[in-house]
Amino acid sequence: MPYVTGEETKARIPVSGGAVGALGRMRDSDLWYSFTRSPLALVSALVVALFVLAALFAPLIAPHDPFDPGSISILDSFLPPAWQDGGDARFLLGTDDQGRDVLSTILFGMRISLAVGFASVVFSMLLGITLGLVAGYFGGWVDSVIMRIADVQLTFPAILIALLINGVARAMAGPQSYDKVVFFVLVLSIGLSFWVQYGRTVRGSVLVEANKEYVLAARLIGLGPWTIMFKHVLPNVLGPVLVIATINLALAIITEATLSFLGVGVPPTQPSLGTLIRIGNDFLFSGEWWITIFPGITLAILALSVNLLGDWLRDALNPKLR
Amino acid sequence: MIAFAIKRFVQALGVMLVVALISFMMFRFVGDPVNQLVGVDTSPAERAALRETLGLNDPVMLQFGRFVLKAAQFDFGISYQFKQPVAALIASRLPATLELSFVSALFALAIGVPMGVYTGLYRNTWLARGFLAVSLIGVSLPTFLIGILLIFVVSVNLGWLPSFGRGQTVNLGGVWSTGLLTKSGLQSLILPSITLGLFQMTLIMRLVRGEMLEVLRTDYIKFARARGLSRRAINFGHALKNTLVPVITITGLQLGSIIAFAIITETVFQWPGMGLLFLQAVQNVDIPIMAAYLLLIAFLFVVINFIVDLLYVAVDPRIRLDGGTAG
Repeated sequence: MPYVTGEETKARIPVSGGAVGALGRMRDSDLWYSFTRSPLALVSALVVALFVLAALFAPLIAPHDPFDPGSISILDSFLPPAWQDGGDARFLLGTDDQGRDVLSTILFGMRISLAVGFASVVFSMLLGITLGLVAGYFGGWVDSVIMRIADVQLTFPAILIALLINGVARAMAGPQSYDKVVFFVLVLSIGLSFWVQYGRTVRGSVLVEANKEYVLAARLIGLGPWTIMFKHVLPNVLGPVLVIATINLALAIITEATLSFLGVGVPPTQPSLGTLIRIGNDFLFSGEWWITIFPGITLAILALSVNLLGDWLRDALNPKLR
Repeated sequence: MIAFAIKRFVQALGVMLVVALISFMMFRFVGDPVNQLVGVDTSPAERAALRETLGLNDPVMLQFGRFVLKAAQFDFGISYQFKQPVAALIASRLPATLELSFVSALFALAIGVPMGVYTGLYRNTWLARGFLAVSLIGVSLPTFLIGILLIFVVSVNLGWLPSFGRGQTVNLGGVWSTGLLTKSGLQSLILPSITLGLFQMTLIMRLVRGEMLEVLRTDYIKFARARGLSRRAINFGHALKNTLVPVITITGLQLGSIIAFAIITETVFQWPGMGLLFLQAVQNVDIPIMAAYLLLIAFLFVVINFIVDLLYVAVDPRIRLDGGTAG
């Protein structure tokens, strides 16, 4: 991919998403150049893309439907992976205690893990951006209140906050209806525990941007504060937000898996990767290692690839950190 | 110095008050405390009487004041699921968690600092690159997965170490049961400590490496070399010594999150500590234990932060007292 020195030499994400030249602009950017020159970024992006596609099309590519009681047989339970003694060619990675194909449960589990991960990142991003913009733009007591909350929250590990919110939500929803709202509870508890980073970053950038001439000009022509905040200031502070979002995607996936592993996340009827590891963990001692190890490896590769991608993005967008 | 300490103390008090308010609201408004304490066949009159004796009809501010006063005397009420005082439950679980946390922190320091020094001094060797790659994996892998993999390899396949519980414990003076004095207790401690300490270890390693690279560039190291001091004296006597201040600070601050992250490790290894108790409380909506645990962890964090802040100023006079606000 030849590097064209076009007009757009600033490494910046095209945020406006303009229809015509978006693709061309992307190919001309520094970011794309750096991407094609980093084998680690290429490989991890490929892995992430592969996983996302596999999760999206799980119903089509999974060899079995693990949630259809008619297609699973208890006679097939505890079969080892196909290449081991006693393995069955129908079940490449073996079967679990109920005779479900491990490969298929992993594919379906990844769907839930990724869905919760993406949804909670979007939620915490929206929350953090809004609070950060408001704090930075208005200043004064609004700023103090928001930032003090952020300070207090930052002293506690995110997993602890997620657990607490989860417990409170569980109490409010009641045990019967909990399974129905579990997706939203997870997104809420993970999202609320990760907003601080966005909030602080956006606020910091807004403080810099608010004194620039374009904001003054926008104010002079009579635009309202919300229009200025979201349409004019926000696009200019979006770069670091994107970096945090990528790294937080890995964190959100890990947090969801941890909550599910601890037994306060996704229930076993619709298992995520964390739930699968929790279920399989019971059979680790009796020798059926494949039930927990394969979902574990999948989770590890997914988290590692997203992390590497985030690291690369941080370096590419901010050459000073290199 | 004293003005700074007082200012920080007031701030810490403020944080504690906010956390107390959150726990109080959880305790008071999430579910009905009366319903949790009585059976199904209790008459409305008895419920009302209990409500009155618990003081739930008083103004909310008065109730909050009473809650804080009681909490200050370690009275957190009765656990819904165990029907025992929360303070006694936590006290019986505290030693297990504290021993695990301190051994993990020691492990993280004892392995992380030498690895950091090595990767800082010889950063282009294969071993140093290997250390860095391993540390990246250590940061990316979830704690519970590391624990499961350790159990799978060391306990199940090799059969070297126990995979759950504390082993045999010795009771010291009726208040502290320790696993540090028996062979099985020490053996049981190894895998959980590695699991819990691995993340902090990689953190310390990267920190020491970064600081070493920074310090080795300074003039006084060049001068020490020019004076013809031995490599050993320069690397350890001059360079390492100056990297230790941030290391001590970070380790101190991390101690709080080690105790919090113990929840996960305790679940994987069925370690009978506070974290396991808290997790059971979350699963069974046992609000008094959740509230007490939250307050306790907040207290630990605030105390550690306070001490680290003071140590910072005491150790490094360059930090200006008036500029010492958080952020």
